Amino acid sequence: LAHGSGGKATQTLIEAVFLDAFSNPMLDRLEDAAELSVNETRLALTTDSFVVSPLFFPGGNIGDLAVNGTVNDLAVSGAKPLYLTAGFILEEGFPVADLIRIVASMKAAADAAGVSIVTGDTKVVQRGKADGCYINTAGVGVVRCPGRLGAATVQPGDAVLVSGSIGDHGVTVMLARGELDIEADLVSDTAPVHDLVATLLAATPGVRAMRDATRGGVATILNEVAKAADVAVVVDEDKVPVGTEVRGASELLGIDPLYVACEGRIVVFVAGAEAETALDALRSHPLGREAALIGRVKADPPGLVLLNTTFGGTRICDLLVGDPLPRIC
Amino acid sequence: MDGRIRRDVRVEGVVQGVGFRPFVHSLATRLGLTGRVGNDVNGVFVEIEGPAASVTSFLTALERDAPPLASISQVTVTAGEPRGADEFAIVASSGGGPRRTLVSADTATCADCLREMGTPTDRRFMYPFINCTNCGPRFTIVRDVPYDRPFTTMSGFEMCSLCSAEYHDPTDRRFHAQPTCCPTCGPQLRLLSAAGSPLAGDPIGETAALLHAGRIVAIKGLGGYHLASIPSEASVLRQRKHREDKPFALMVSDVDVADRLCVVDSTGRELLTSRVRPIVLLPSRGVVAPGVAPGNRQLGLMLPYTPLHHLLLDAVGGPIVLTSGNVSDEPIAFVDTEAFTRLHGIADAFLTHDRAIHMRTDDSVVRPGTVLRRSRGYVPEPIALSWNIPRPVLACGAELKNTFCLARDRHAFVSHHIGDLENYETLRSFVDGIEHFSRLFDITPEVVAHDLHPEYLSTKHAIELSDVDIVGVQHHHAHIASCLADNNDPGPVIGVAFDGTGYGTDGTIWGGEFLLADLTGFTRVAHLAPVPMPGGTAAIRQPWRMAAAYLDAAGEPRPEWATIVALAHSGLNSPKTSSAGRLFDAVAALLGIRDTVNYEGQAAIELEQRADPGERGSYPASIEDGVVYGVDLIRGVTSDLRKGLSPATIAGRFHNGVADMIVRTCLRLSEEHGLTKVALSGGVFQNLLLLNRTTDQLTAHGLEVLTHHRVPTNDGGISLGQAVIAAAQR
Ligand SMILES: [Fe+3]
Ligand SMILES: [Mg+2]
Ligand SMILES: [Zn+2]
Ligand SMILES: [Zn+2]
Repeated sequence: LAHGSGGKATQTLIEAVFLDAFSNPMLDRLEDAAELSVNETRLALTTDSFVVSPLFFPGGNIGDLAVNGTVNDLAVSGAKPLYLTAGFILEEGFPVADLIRIVASMKAAADAAGVSIVTGDTKVVQRGKADGCYINTAGVGVVRCPGRLGAATVQPGDAVLVSGSIGDHGVTVMLARGELDIEADLVSDTAPVHDLVATLLAATPGVRAMRDATRGGVATILNEVAKAADVAVVVDEDKVPVGTEVRGASELLGIDPLYVACEGRIVVFVAGAEAETALDALRSHPLGREAALIGRVKADPPGLVLLNTTFGGTRICDLLVGDPLPRIC
Repeated sequence: MDGRIRRDVRVEGVVQGVGFRPFVHSLATRLGLTGRVGNDVNGVFVEIEGPAASVTSFLTALERDAPPLASISQVTVTAGEPRGADEFAIVASSGGGPRRTLVSADTATCADCLREMGTPTDRRFMYPFINCTNCGPRFTIVRDVPYDRPFTTMSGFEMCSLCSAEYHDPTDRRFHAQPTCCPTCGPQLRLLSAAGSPLAGDPIGETAALLHAGRIVAIKGLGGYHLASIPSEASVLRQRKHREDKPFALMVSDVDVADRLCVVDSTGRELLTSRVRPIVLLPSRGVVAPGVAPGNRQLGLMLPYTPLHHLLLDAVGGPIVLTSGNVSDEPIAFVDTEAFTRLHGIADAFLTHDRAIHMRTDDSVVRPGTVLRRSRGYVPEPIALSWNIPRPVLACGAELKNTFCLARDRHAFVSHHIGDLENYETLRSFVDGIEHFSRLFDITPEVVAHDLHPEYLSTKHAIELSDVDIVGVQHHHAHIASCLADNNDPGPVIGVAFDGTGYGTDGTIWGGEFLLADLTGFTRVAHLAPVPMPGGTAAIRQPWRMAAAYLDAAGEPRPEWATIVALAHSGLNSPKTSSAGRLFDAVAALLGIRDTVNYEGQAAIELEQRADPGERGSYPASIEDGVVYGVDLIRGVTSDLRKGLSPATIAGRFHNGVADMIVRTCLRLSEEHGLTKVALSGGVFQNLLLLNRTTDQLTAHGLEVLTHHRVPTNDGGISLGQAVIAAAQR
């Protein structure tokens, strides 16, 4: 298996193995969370596992990441997050002090997001069988606007927004591994976006879909939506907000911030006429101050994401199959 | 009728729209033969009868004296009973059935048409669209086959009575010349402002005036829009096009002017004046404005190839820069409306006309002996193979300099230069181009070949196709097979594939490869020692990163590059590569020639230009267990740098060192495996200094050397290699 980075290989794996075996209408939509009905109440249910290395990095650690990640998957599905579960897989010999720090962060993140961690599980595996600490969280929430949001509802004319500068989390984590000896004033963007989403939805009825741009970054999200809705997503490269530090570090690392993970940024697809309203709503919230309109949805060419480059060219911003390998000569 | 015999003759190849039937008619009439000639889906059929001796003369002259644009691939003769026909007739075309006939390439204006265009009393005097069966647009205006006016972009122009009479007269040079026209009935020129409003005056004269005033004019040519300026304004054009250093080509009126700018030998003269009229790379005399081809010893020149270009060059009275009408690396604009949007802000005016271009085609680029970009004037004429392709094949090519190839029987239709597939526009012309070629040549692929690189858009295109056999072909194997097909040699050979980037079977990036190869398979028997590319693609754009990686490997790291070395060590986005291109990059950076490139291969090209060709010294590379240590060459470079030797000397020694290393490896492999033939392929062999040094030494050691002539040694040749490999799979 070489299916880690959240790109096309992961998608192929998901389609080939899981969808095939588990197929049902809720799963097949491949949204961040499933919508289900229990006694007339529409619930959203999601789960996510966290395997970040290093476990501690500027701006956060695996603990708050695990809470925020699941809270955000519920939030972008249009649900109000309520309850979380937490499962731990610990490597034998993992320092208890570290575990205490992680759990404290989880508690703080849960409080900030207004959710409770209501059940959990812990397994300890032999030394070398895990990388310190893995966490799985699952979450349930109540859906605010049942059946309305979804990538498939995106249509030509819609506007594409991001809620803030991209790539901060991924680049921070890469640098935090300490191998590069680069001094950068960078912190992860990990944050719970439920409140930002609530603000946006309250102001903008025309929101069609939201995604949190985690693994594979904004580019992967755009590709997923382009395929799900069978539309083209056209992005202006110079409108995409990227912080100076992230830009500098990305250039050094030779990576494209569009493919770098965020943990507190959302991508919003909204009816074109409501683009400004949505932008204002996002910017009125502390987590969305740097929100930007980065592109538009078009009918043609369906399924592709195009990037208008600074020079006036149009580059295809494709879903990566695996780790990026040079294609040019 | 005593002594009379009859023969049915079938002629295949490029035989339609090239004046073949009038030629047959006049030949038969001259020899006193009777019978008929006609076009069908397979080409031309001829029935002749008459005295045996005359029939024999006819058959000999048929191939020997065929019209200039005809290219006969096969003549089949069968005997029949004389029917006593009393005249020789040209009969109507018959349609239907599978298409086997070939479409001709676009061809430079012929001498007869030029003469008419310059004759004040001729009705086509100064007419910029004059053409005949021996010249003019073909591939770029063909929408479908059979090659007939209704299936070209000339279909909207109804012939006037004079043109129609010529068109229907078997003795006329314009008999069935599909694009024939005149000022009364044909396309018209227009000169438009940047805003799209018509400008007064004679379009050509006004264009010349604008150019002289330092303006940039977009000019609709044969295969797309060019951007033109006078040479002294080249830097303005660069700025607007966002093209920093990549050389521009010049169009000059004749060989004499060419000879004033460049050293033109007889081969150069032949290429410049050929009916293909490619851009010919020639040694510059250094008299042209530096903005045209900065840092280059060579200059790309071409002669006018359409009547419009002839008229324009006459009006300007000097050379003009003529570069593809595009922004940065986008494909050349060829649709009028699209040209206006895309070239807005670059062109100050548009010299355009109302004959549509159906297929976007760039100018071809050649160097005496080899072709570097095979496009306008060559395409769609097939590469003839000496072996059979049993099942129809589509080969999707590489990512950069993409061409695709459709092959069947003994024909490989290598497409025109499509470009770099990272752009949507280019991807579209790739997909549309495949569709068009399949229809034109009636090839429905059963086998589809693609590169192994999972991120190539050509790969992604191939693996999405259904109802075909999909064959993945390793990049460097394709390079070698392309060289084999180019030479009509099925191998096996020792293949030396040196280039910048190609996906290896081990998931690393290859590019300094020695393969034992034939069409069915290969073994990687030696290669350059892998080094990390710190930052992946960034290490290609910034050759200094490769210098850092190589210095680290040599145990001589520079403190100022510590971060990049740390990146290489971390393994973060630092794939390993055995690429020879990256070794050239590293040396270019070490010599201070180039830290960052603005176009593909720039560092290596400038390194070659700087090298002292008279230098005989060399750096030795060690070769152990099939691993060739490029880092030894780096040590040679740094040691000479410390001694204060000049970059020219060091670059010369480095080139010699690479040639030596290739030769020694080949000799060793030749001994071990009993092969005496070496095929050289890959973009690195565009380097003439290296190619000549290597070839000379290999030949001196008694090895036979195959190099490219018909398709490019760069990735433009990959599709041909993929096609012959896929065809050889069982
Ligand atoms: Fe190559
Ligand atoms: Mg998630
Ligand atoms: Zn002519
Ligand atoms: Zn006419």
